Amino acid sequence: MVAIELLLPFSFFIALIFIIGLYCVVATFDLIRLIIGLELLIKAVTLLIIVVGYLSKHPSLAQSMVITLIVIEVVVMSIAAGVVLNIYLYNKSLDARNIRNLKG
Amino acid sequence: MGSLFILIPLFVFMLINLPPRMVMRKLAFWAVLALMLLQVGFVLFPSLSSFAAASGLFRMDLAIDKLAQMCLLSIAAVTLAALLTGRALITDENQSCNFMNLLLLVFIGMNGITLVKDIFSMYVFLEVTAVSSFILIAFSKDKDGLEGAFKYIIFSSIATVMILSAIALLLLVAGDTSFAALRAAIKLHQNSHVIMFAISVFLSGLFIKSGLMPFHGWLPDAYSSAPGAASVHLAGIVTKIVGVYPLIRIVHSVFSANVSTNNVLMITGAFSIVVAAFAAINQSDFRRMLAYSSISQVGYIILSLGCGSALGLAAAIFHFFNHSIFKSLLFVNAATVEAKSQTRDINEMGGLAQRMPVTGITSALACLSVSGIPPLSGFWSKLLIIVALWQANQYAYAIIAVMASLVTLSYMLTLQRKVFFGSVSNSMKGVSEADWKLLMPSIILVVIMLVVSLLFPLFLNTFLVPIGGI
Amino acid sequence: MGLTNILILTAMVALALFTVMTRSLLRAAIGLALTSAVLTVMMFRLGAPLAGVFELSVCAGLIPVIFITVISMTKPMKKEEAKEFAIERWSRFWILPIIVVIAAILLFTAHIKFDAKLPPVHAESDVRDMMWGARQLDMLGQVMVLMAGAYGILVLFKEMKKRW
Repeated sequence: MVAIELLLPFSFFIALIFIIGLYCVVATFDLIRLIIGLELLIKAVTLLIIVVGYLSKHPSLAQSMVITLIVIEVVVMSIAAGVVLNIYLYNKSLDARNIRNLKG
Repeated sequence: MGSLFILIPLFVFMLINLPPRMVMRKLAFWAVLALMLLQVGFVLFPSLSSFAAASGLFRMDLAIDKLAQMCLLSIAAVTLAALLTGRALITDENQSCNFMNLLLLVFIGMNGITLVKDIFSMYVFLEVTAVSSFILIAFSKDKDGLEGAFKYIIFSSIATVMILSAIALLLLVAGDTSFAALRAAIKLHQNSHVIMFAISVFLSGLFIKSGLMPFHGWLPDAYSSAPGAASVHLAGIVTKIVGVYPLIRIVHSVFSANVSTNNVLMITGAFSIVVAAFAAINQSDFRRMLAYSSISQVGYIILSLGCGSALGLAAAIFHFFNHSIFKSLLFVNAATVEAKSQTRDINEMGGLAQRMPVTGITSALACLSVSGIPPLSGFWSKLLIIVALWQANQYAYAIIAVMASLVTLSYMLTLQRKVFFGSVSNSMKGVSEADWKLLMPSIILVVIMLVVSLLFPLFLNTFLVPIGGI
Repeated sequence: MGLTNILILTAMVALALFTVMTRSLLRAAIGLALTSAVLTVMMFRLGAPLAGVFELSVCAGLIPVIFITVISMTKPMKKEEAKEFAIERWSRFWILPIIVVIAAILLFTAHIKFDAKLPPVHAESDVRDMMWGARQLDMLGQVMVLMAGAYGILVLFKEMKKRW
């Protein structure tokens, strides 16, 4: 019962990283920075899972979740990098405002 | 038995990718085709697969109930249509082989999502499906496709982060990630703030993935810019299995009347129906209009789900199945028209029914089904939804559903009239009917749709009533 | 909640802030790598050594390499443009830290109760047993994601040489 109140200070930091990552995704014009912001969001969730594992005394379940998450994250990042490179080949720039080809 | 749905396609996938590439490439199409038919067979006749009792090779916690059966059927049907469309539209042999392999990967991922009983495994298969879909949308590497793919990547990853954080918080409370443990934990602590926060974040993530308003930012772009065959698959089944099916499953199995999410679901559903229907009226791009129509129909499914009764659940699942069939049919026709006339602007098209009779007829049938005209299948599922809402005393929502159905009828008829009827416009003079390879998926889908429409009473008793009491 | 934990977490937040605010993309990628490194330290302290090793080798190694490759292959914005974008961005989003502070104060005074009881704990197996034993389906999923990634790289990167 006491352990769950320990979540509060951890969640403060996790929420901070989450907000920073979200700000990076929302407020940037550069595609690569968008992906970096996405990475920060995933870091925040990784920290959350590890904290949850620590608090609920199930570290191995949390660790297996994090390992799976990291593998998936690598694949998603490499595909995003591939798409960004191909966009660059077409537009010769990575300014997100220049690629607003499709409406909305 | 359930693990066969994942293991057999996986085995076929590895088989297709073995060294003798020339041979395997020609084999790939027939192998995947056989897989789809096998899946339909296994679902409809479960005794066929009883030989596989020795599938204790992998210890997998999978379950098949009626809901999963419907979803498996629609997955097989739409993937078959996408496979045939891809075969006809993609001419380069290398690319065709890649396309089929990716299609197979999405297929395995969707089967996995449908069968698991554990929320983290559902997330893993969600990512398998999502990653393969990213590649499929960016497949033709033209400017629009890449942009649509990138938007989908961003929105989908944000939704994934939200879903994961909800899973983590629920793990804290429940100690394990399986559905049974979660249901017990939620029943135990009903009013805890942690659980309510986790559930609301989870629902938001799933709303983004299914493209409901106001989280639909990626959907019209992704649907309209994906290559033809990929758009059939994406719009027909992937968005639904990735977003709507987890909603149905979680609301039914995990929440099960302990949490009052019904209001949220109904409001979001009604909002999506109305706003998307009005947004579809002004579109001039064929596929964008279909994309907004998809958002609207998914709103119907969510509205029916939120109504809370067993009939509502059955109606939602039936509309899920119907929508996957007729929306894929519409997208197949859109891909056919685009391939033949090189344009997606419906203002330039006209009178295509004279040049492409089969496409015109199938498209007309699909449009009528979307709008809910009897005796087609769309009418039955919408009727069930409205009846379910009426019985649950949600009169306002029922009236909204009926009104929106009229708006749907109007824009669907506009689409049909502008593209197919009328006199042949100048730019369309050289268009001829598509060859038989491209007509086959639309004919198959139309046959399925007509069978479901006309045999509705049979369908009702064998499939739907048992679903209501899953 | 020891002092070292708080220090490490503050360092992580500070590095994340640096990653977002810096104008040079290369520094942002390095900032991401450093953030992952600090996260690894935190993981070791919270009893997740295996995941920490994964995190260090992959997220502080492989992913920044991917980023630096992409950054070096594409031409980033010029310094002046970046500066004026940064100023414009700041002027549009100045409200954000204020909203965060207000939200924090509201949450604090709303007395959110973390009142769910934790489930009883039974003895737990090692990570490796758990991964290969209870969560085999996840392993299968990882294999499939890797295959999908292989196809993605095949489709996306294959013809780039011709158009470069």
